[in-house]
Amino acid sequence: MLILECPCCGVKSEETEFHAGGEAHLKRFGPGSTDAEFEGYLFMRENKRGVHFERWRHVNGCGKWFLAARDTNTLEFFGFYPAQTHEPPQDIKDKISAKHPGWSWREFQ
Amino acid sequence: MSTRLSNGGRLVNKAKPVEFQFNGKRMKGYEGDTLASALLANDQMLVGRSFKYHRPRGIVASGGEEPNALVNLGQGGKFEPNQRVTTTELFDGLYATSQNHWPSLEFDVGAINTHFARFLPAGFYYKMFMFPRPFWKHVYEPFIRQSAGLGKAPKERDSDTYEHFYHFTDVLVIGGGIAGLAAALEAAQSGLKVTIFEQTHHWGGRAVVDGAEIDGKPADDWVKDTVQTLEGMENVTIRARTMGAGVYDHGYVLGYERLTDHCPDQDGPRHRLWRIRATQIITATGAIERPLSFAGNDIPGVMLAAALRDYVVNWGVSIGDRTVVVTNNDDAYRTAIALVDAGLSVPAIIDARTDGAGPLADAARAKGIRVEMGKGIAKVKGGKRVEGVAICLQAGEGAVIEEIKCDAVAMSGGWSPVVHLWSHCGGKLIWDEAQAMFRPDPSRAPTGDKGQPFVAAAGTANGNLRTAAVLEDAVAQAKAAVKAAGGKPKAGKAPAGSDAEEGAISPVWLMPQGAPIQLRMKSWLDFQNDVKVSDVQLAAREGFESVEHAKRYTTLGMATDQGKLSNINGLAILSDALDQAIPQTGTTTFRPPYTPISMGAIGGEARDELFQPIRKTPMHGWHEANGADFEPVGHWRRPYAFVRSGESVHDAVMREVKNTRRNLGLLDASTLGKLIVKGPDAGKFLDMMYTNMMSTLKPGKCRYGLMCNENGFLIDDGVVARIDEDTFLCHTTTGGAERIHAWMEDWLQCEWWDWKVYVTNATEQFAQVAVVGPNARKVLEKLGGMDVSKESIAFMEWKDGQIGGFNARVYRISFSGELSYEIAVPASQGRAFWDALLAAGEEFGVMPYGTECLHIMRAEKGFIMIGDETDGTVIPQDLNMEWAISKKKEDYLGKRAQERSYMASPDRWKLVGLETLDGSVIPDGAYAPAPGDNANGQRNVQGRVTSTYFSPTLGRGIAMGLVHKGPDRMGDVIEFTKGDGTFVKAKIVDQVFYDKDGEKQNV
Ligand SMILES: [Zn+2]
Repeated sequence: MLILECPCCGVKSEETEFHAGGEAHLKRFGPGSTDAEFEGYLFMRENKRGVHFERWRHVNGCGKWFLAARDTNTLEFFGFYPAQTHEPPQDIKDKISAKHPGWSWREFQ
Repeated sequence: MSTRLSNGGRLVNKAKPVEFQFNGKRMKGYEGDTLASALLANDQMLVGRSFKYHRPRGIVASGGEEPNALVNLGQGGKFEPNQRVTTTELFDGLYATSQNHWPSLEFDVGAINTHFARFLPAGFYYKMFMFPRPFWKHVYEPFIRQSAGLGKAPKERDSDTYEHFYHFTDVLVIGGGIAGLAAALEAAQSGLKVTIFEQTHHWGGRAVVDGAEIDGKPADDWVKDTVQTLEGMENVTIRARTMGAGVYDHGYVLGYERLTDHCPDQDGPRHRLWRIRATQIITATGAIERPLSFAGNDIPGVMLAAALRDYVVNWGVSIGDRTVVVTNNDDAYRTAIALVDAGLSVPAIIDARTDGAGPLADAARAKGIRVEMGKGIAKVKGGKRVEGVAICLQAGEGAVIEEIKCDAVAMSGGWSPVVHLWSHCGGKLIWDEAQAMFRPDPSRAPTGDKGQPFVAAAGTANGNLRTAAVLEDAVAQAKAAVKAAGGKPKAGKAPAGSDAEEGAISPVWLMPQGAPIQLRMKSWLDFQNDVKVSDVQLAAREGFESVEHAKRYTTLGMATDQGKLSNINGLAILSDALDQAIPQTGTTTFRPPYTPISMGAIGGEARDELFQPIRKTPMHGWHEANGADFEPVGHWRRPYAFVRSGESVHDAVMREVKNTRRNLGLLDASTLGKLIVKGPDAGKFLDMMYTNMMSTLKPGKCRYGLMCNENGFLIDDGVVARIDEDTFLCHTTTGGAERIHAWMEDWLQCEWWDWKVYVTNATEQFAQVAVVGPNARKVLEKLGGMDVSKESIAFMEWKDGQIGGFNARVYRISFSGELSYEIAVPASQGRAFWDALLAAGEEFGVMPYGTECLHIMRAEKGFIMIGDETDGTVIPQDLNMEWAISKKKEDYLGKRAQERSYMASPDRWKLVGLETLDGSVIPDGAYAPAPGDNANGQRNVQGRVTSTYFSPTLGRGIAMGLVHKGPDRMGDVIEFTKGDGTFVKAKIVDQVFYDKDGEKQNV
């Protein structure tokens, strides 16, 4: 059972207080998008063994969604950040680079 | 024979005799006995039968690693199968029976399987059961059912109670041997919070049995002093009878405390599950001795060498009068010496090594014990009990040199550190060639949330077999753990340990080295699951090269002991067969729990009313008192029907439908979700959430809306009321309020975070009553207050005001097709309002109705129900609900998906009404077959029933269903399966069965 820290209310707590929400930084494609774009949005996931970005909600706490950078192999969290962004913050990317030089995830590195 | 010695037994209290029963036989033991030591003291060596061949099985170990001696324990509400006798403390009145035999332990019919052993090789189950098909039903399945599972499942409800306990600690030490105690003491002296668990009820582990010395005194004395010191420290939690069951992510640990297993009459919970967060964990879990693989090593009387020693020293029980010791290391010599010191005979020590034995061998020789170097056991003689051994050259092929009579064999193949807890959460191992063991690799420890290591192994569990090294390692690990947990280790040295020097082990994986197939077929690796050396070799030959595949193919290590004795020996045999080094083969995965823990402990207090919270409406008490037959809807309990005396549930439902259509019905609709969506962008937001256009809804008006997910599939529906320019109230399905609230929050927080909208779930703030039927207006007018006339509040409008003195919000909406008002009042007024409606409604024939009546009435009207007409693959277009999909909107959730070719295909199954020709009710979920077969040889289908009821209004069965091109086939008759091989014919009709023009609701 993981320990997470909610970046919105600052509470550090057990995984049971949170709700996992799948992969982070998905770009929504709606009407007018091509089949390939829509397929990518709906179905294609990184599903990485290693550095990964994912959505969590502090569902039994402040209720806020946030994003996390995690090593799915070692379960290390590199950081948590609010959901209202299109890319991971630089300090978290730096922290990942220190452990995994040359990492990349979708368009981020 | 095995018997109680007149002397010895450091754990038993001979002043306190205890009586117990095994297979109906009364036996005597002492306080401090385990069931194992007490059975052995009564010469009960044979305790069970093995899984596959039903071979006689005796006790082989003295602790949790025991694979054989599993019994049914207790009776009635305290019955529990598969209990290990070695970890069961004896108590007065204990009642045990043996397992996996028929008709009796002594004479077992299944044992005939052993004569067919060559027909039951590795992979037997996979090979035999593939074909022919009819054999499954008539031969294999009955056979498997007969032989599957060791113990019997309990028949009665568990009469004990259990609890969970939450615990936080800086340093958690698992294991109460000298390593654990030294580590705990060292860590505790730093002032940090320290917790130490020992799985048995006695402290000190092996050192106190083997006579080590610590700081110049006997280990026993040092252990007593240390335990006393720890018990006196305020920052220390110390528990015996508590096992570290599993280590999980980020320092989460489960501890399993057995509170009253040894005193079942005592009050209080039986087991306590400790749910622990530890900053640092030290696993001081010791090691387990390995068996040696020689022919007949499974015959009762062959036992681990250290276990024999335990029985003599701890419980004063001898396993036999004449014990042959067979070993590849020095430690087993301790057993020979202990036996001779206890006055027993050791005819020979068979040492597979050609040389290299240390001072313990000299000591044994000095006691007159014959030591045979370079020898092995060719074969154990005997059936249900050891009668002798044939010895041979270890380097040879088993030619017998000599036979030695004996009634017990003590075997030692070396020691394997207990690395389970280290490995549960990802700790890696290294192969220690010199000591022939896997031990933790300190550079690859399990890591926590910051990537920091959080588990360290200490003492023997870390590969240290000598007392001095154990203590030094334990203290060093404790100092490191204190530092890692943010404390300051106290200066000071480890206690000084001393014991006998030991010569080096020489790994022996097969005895003798060149054993032919006849011997390998009798050399057991897994005693419980009957896996032999020959089986693993066969698996390797058949291509099962991965250790995980070989395990599943042979079932090695898959029994209830999870291969504690067999895994290392098995993978050594596999490595040899594959001609590769042991570390290349690797181990199978270690999974928690370390030994089985009770289901009761896992459940804890979560039983009966504590299992989950139940949601009740403000009117629940009235329902209970008035015959409500409740059904669960989400966490709610809703009345299915209100059953009167003399009525069946079906009668009640029929009565409720008729009365509501003729007179007046009341429905407790409080469970309907009520989400308030508020803000300048609320309309724009709801346009995205619903397929309909909500932004154009006028304040004071209601609109029925559909919600889809991004796959285009329906997920919820309900009536939306616009309260004012900025505010909407969205009704959801009963089970959907929390889910849809979360769904809205997700989109607002993560996609359109710049939109100014708040959502709150007000479901429980209101009690809501549907007042339904031709007399609905009359009862409201009688109660008085706001004008409820058609002119004042038309269909699909809402209004705030007072009804009978209650503050009320009245919605003119109908899910029944009747004149209907849904009235929300503050939750605290719900019961009073309900009572007022009942009193006022009496003259109008009022009757409350339940959910089944609601369902029938909505089906008569052809209204869909989320979860009936939808199943997660249905789009609104399938339900002919294009009228609820805005054509004007550029976007809404699900719109793009509904444009995909498969969704837009004219070949989809669509909603229609179904009328059976004979008026009967089609079974729920019934399919309509179509001519021909599909690519898999299955019958083609052309539709299925989604809702089906007997309509008391129409006096016949009615149904809705999804049918291939259904709406284009009006009047066609198709057949539905009835589940009993027969079919029922139904005509495709319009889905609205009653009041097609909606005249009744719009009055
Ligand atoms: Zn929070």
